[in-house]
Amino acid sequence: MFIVKYIKEVFSGLKSLAIGLRLTLYYFTHHKEIITQQYPDNRETLNLPERFKGEVVMLHDENNEHACTGCTACELACPNGTIKIITKFDIATDGKKKKALDKFVYHLELCTMCNLCIVACPTDAIKMAQTFEHSVYDRSELTKILNKPGSEIREGVE
Amino acid sequence: MWSFSNISKFIDNWLRATFNPIWTMVIEMVIAGVCVIGLFAILGLVLVIMERKVSAWMQIRLGPNRVGPKGMLQSLADTVKLLVKEGMTPAGADKFLFNLAPFIAMMVAMLLMAPIAFAKDFQMWDLNIGVLYVSAVSSIMVISILIAGWASNNKYSLMGAMRSGAQIVSYELSAGLSILSIVVLSGSLNLNDIIQSQADGWWIFKGHIPVIIAFIIFIIAVTAETNRAPFDLAEAESELTAGFHTEYSGMKFALFFLAEYVNVFIVCAIGATLFLGGWMPFHIGHWQGFNHVMDYIPSSIWFFGKTFFLIFLIMWFRWTFPRLRIDQLLNLEWRYLLPISMFNILLVTLMAILGWHF
Ligand code: SF4
Ligand code: SF4
Repeated sequence: MFIVKYIKEVFSGLKSLAIGLRLTLYYFTHHKEIITQQYPDNRETLNLPERFKGEVVMLHDENNEHACTGCTACELACPNGTIKIITKFDIATDGKKKKALDKFVYHLELCTMCNLCIVACPTDAIKMAQTFEHSVYDRSELTKILNKPGSEIREGVE
Repeated sequence: MWSFSNISKFIDNWLRATFNPIWTMVIEMVIAGVCVIGLFAILGLVLVIMERKVSAWMQIRLGPNRVGPKGMLQSLADTVKLLVKEGMTPAGADKFLFNLAPFIAMMVAMLLMAPIAFAKDFQMWDLNIGVLYVSAVSSIMVISILIAGWASNNKYSLMGAMRSGAQIVSYELSAGLSILSIVVLSGSLNLNDIIQSQADGWWIFKGHIPVIIAFIIFIIAVTAETNRAPFDLAEAESELTAGFHTEYSGMKFALFFLAEYVNVFIVCAIGATLFLGGWMPFHIGHWQGFNHVMDYIPSSIWFFGKTFFLIFLIMWFRWTFPRLRIDQLLNLEWRYLLPISMFNILLVTLMAILGWHF
């Protein structure tokens, strides 16, 4: 019947509002747990969530070797042209020419931290770092070469 | 004993003894004006910091915590910021109306202060149709919003103003009907008489369920009338930038901002007066002893306590509920609140005739 449905609607509406109000009242009266960080004060003890995305970095091991093959999958995946892969040709041990990474150019000022490049990389050569204090006085400092000078591709990574 | 009514009586007597009647009246008017402006300033400062702290705690944040002890002076800093900002008038705007609108908003808020009883025997204007006066004057508010939206020459402003027009005009009905139920019960339009009629218990306790329903409808309707979330379609930051005050800056914006908070205070004061007994202490029927103990708490503390409780309630709503869409807003009013309050007022009338309340 119409009137029964109407009254039911009113009561279920009021009930759902009451549930919401109860939750916010709980937070209001239990304001011990604070989720925001008091940033400049606790710079040393900053506790960032695991999935916080600050900038793209390339992983290097102790032999100064990385896993980037120069396949440009990340460059293609990036929605706003942040990454530019410059490749070179290496002479492999068996004398064959082989394409390899020369420079991984990363424009931090264009990056939106969308994580798409990380997902696209077939060899997990890059990842997101948790640094976030990126202010500089000259924007050219934001253009970074991610592979360290003299670094080589790790043996066995194709 | 120190109380607002004694102080005002003392000042009145002293003025009457020193000056002739006309000067006395002029001086008293000036004093009242200064008091109202002072109260406005204090309310603005207190309510802004209260809102920010309440919102922060409800969202598990800390809120402002830099200026002053625990950030309590934040709203002073905000005021200074707004004072030194440039008050721009956009090139295409209707200059006269654009500058007039914030003052209308303030004037309405000031006019509404007149019949409110802040403490026992402490009232600016004890007029016999106080309730009617309040509901009539409070609807002038919509004119200032419409003027502001129209004069800004901005689509967002105009849309915000039109929405707020639709909203205020429709919610006034159910606010009026719920106020009317108290008028029916107490049999008077005078705010003082209404308070006196609650000497043996506040209406919200004496009136059983119908008055509680009226109170809920009143709170919903006045939240909508003061354009606060979840009914803040006139501002709707996410859709209309800032709605009717998009083009306002500096002190003119501050006037709108202040008017919003003062209006919240006023509607809560009216709600406290009608439903929670205004400055009347918490009395239960004829328990003389208990009532005497309650009388020791000054009436002004009762009044401000109840008012701030209602203000907290409205803030609580704001930081809990998401904003309604315009059609949901009108649906809520015309399909739910208005029929329910019409039915409710019949019930209240029946109760008043048969004397079913205490
Ligand atoms: S995170 Fe997104 S925007 Fe940044 S480099 Fe990777 S794909 Fe490009
Ligand atoms: S970082 Fe990964 S995706 Fe990008 S070029 Fe190197 S291997 Fe390819």
